[in-house]
Amino acid sequence: MAEFFNGFLLPLIIIVLKILAITVPLLVAVAFMTYAERKIMAGMQLRQGPMLVGPFGLLQPFADGLKLFAKEQILPEGANRVVFYIAPMITFFLALVAWAVIPFDYGVVLSNINVGVLYLFAISSLGVYGIVMAGWASNSRYAFLGALRSAAQMVSYEVSMGLIIITVLLCVGSLNLTDIVRAQEKIWFAIPLFPMFIMFFISALAETNRSPFDLPEGESELVAGFMVEYSSAPFALFFLGEYANMILMSAMTSILFLGGWLSPLPFAPFTWIPGVVWLALKISACLFTFVWVRATMPRYRYDQLMRLGWKVFLPFSLFWVVLTAGVLVTFGWLPK
Amino acid sequence: MILQGIAFYVFAALLVASGVMVISARNPVHSVLYLILAFFQAAGLCLLMGAEFVAMILVIVYVGAVAVLFLFVVMMLDINFRELRQGALEVLPLGGLIGLILLSELAAVVGGWIVAPGVEKLAAAPTPAISTVTNTHALGQLMYTQYVYLFQACGIVLLIAMIGAIVLTLRHRAGVRKQDVGAQIARHRDSVVAIRKVSSGEGV
Repeated sequence: MAEFFNGFLLPLIIIVLKILAITVPLLVAVAFMTYAERKIMAGMQLRQGPMLVGPFGLLQPFADGLKLFAKEQILPEGANRVVFYIAPMITFFLALVAWAVIPFDYGVVLSNINVGVLYLFAISSLGVYGIVMAGWASNSRYAFLGALRSAAQMVSYEVSMGLIIITVLLCVGSLNLTDIVRAQEKIWFAIPLFPMFIMFFISALAETNRSPFDLPEGESELVAGFMVEYSSAPFALFFLGEYANMILMSAMTSILFLGGWLSPLPFAPFTWIPGVVWLALKISACLFTFVWVRATMPRYRYDQLMRLGWKVFLPFSLFWVVLTAGVLVTFGWLPK
Repeated sequence: MILQGIAFYVFAALLVASGVMVISARNPVHSVLYLILAFFQAAGLCLLMGAEFVAMILVIVYVGAVAVLFLFVVMMLDINFRELRQGALEVLPLGGLIGLILLSELAAVVGGWIVAPGVEKLAAAPTPAISTVTNTHALGQLMYTQYVYLFQACGIVLLIAMIGAIVLTLRHRAGVRKQDVGAQIARHRDSVVAIRKVSSGEGV
């Protein structure tokens, strides 16, 4: 019995506690992300934003959440019941499960696997299924159009995203996320690979269906795109999943290009602050830019979106892969 | 060890079950969804064998890209499979015959399999021991040294296939209004705007 407890049950309990330690702060962050978005956009548009529920409207996200879960669930006529309910679950589940490999500080990571980047890339490329299944199962024209747009868009931007990740991997020589951060101790990759950093951020916008690439939702032409038929809890799951994905993409940008948990300058006052705080600050900066872009840019037209993905990003990132490889080989900087 | 055994049987059973569902599901979209489930179980089996790189690539390439396109096409087509299956019994003998021929061919190929002389040595020490290098390094060291020509040949075959697909589907239709960014930027104010003084009551 003692062997069973020490060898199996105890590790299980520890892992569950670790998962909770990641998931609960993440969900709180998602809640406040919705609040922050409304407040930042309000500030940019000379409005007040939410201000009535709690001090400065801080409890607004929780009020919204309660409201959403209290609403009626509606299953559209002719909808495919199982797929209709599985779709939001997949979106939410994928947004959470990716956090297993994100290193928050040196050694502070749930699962330090050797193929961490590939895992993240795989999970982010699965995000399209939640949307496509939702659009198909809703049995609605608007939802279907949104799903088709989303499928084409996410597949297009994944290609350039993969090439951008390859440039980073060339400089690191490992697929492990902890190694990637440690390779940036001398200089953050955002500086030598600056164009890739910008392109990765734009691809992240497209991958999370955020403005100016929010065509799958496109509320001015498709009402709400793939989630037009959803209400109540399933809608809330989509909503949470979308924001969790934004935070995930920001974390990926921070780890690949902004040095993860590393402090900006490697000496005293900066190194006193723990790495988790630095990572959180970097993620917040990326998230602010997400919102900033949404408040600034008009939506892309569909053909422009495809042109940007295939005719600009793909050739340029391919060129940069070759250039990086060439420079590394010529100067003998290839990592061991 | 017992956990790994349980995991293997769960993955394997689900893999076979979803494989059966792919061909027996009524709705083609459900078939594709079961196919995706099957890919996932296969990735899980790869992970159990310690082939983490292969597992991730399987998910990225097949689930993340190929199956998305499948789903895309199947959703768009809106085929009624019940109608398609109506004449299936009439062609069953012919289909069965072709299946038998293919099966016997496969058996002939596998039966006549000869292992090249150098391979056994390679299989005995494929890479530096797997405990010293990661999966990805091991694969890379093998693929870009021992098998580099085959690897390049694969790349060329894929390139030709891609060019072929583009050539087959590329059509230049007349009258398509396409955005030409260069032309838009090159437009100058003088060539598109004319300012005239219009005296009242006369028009332009």
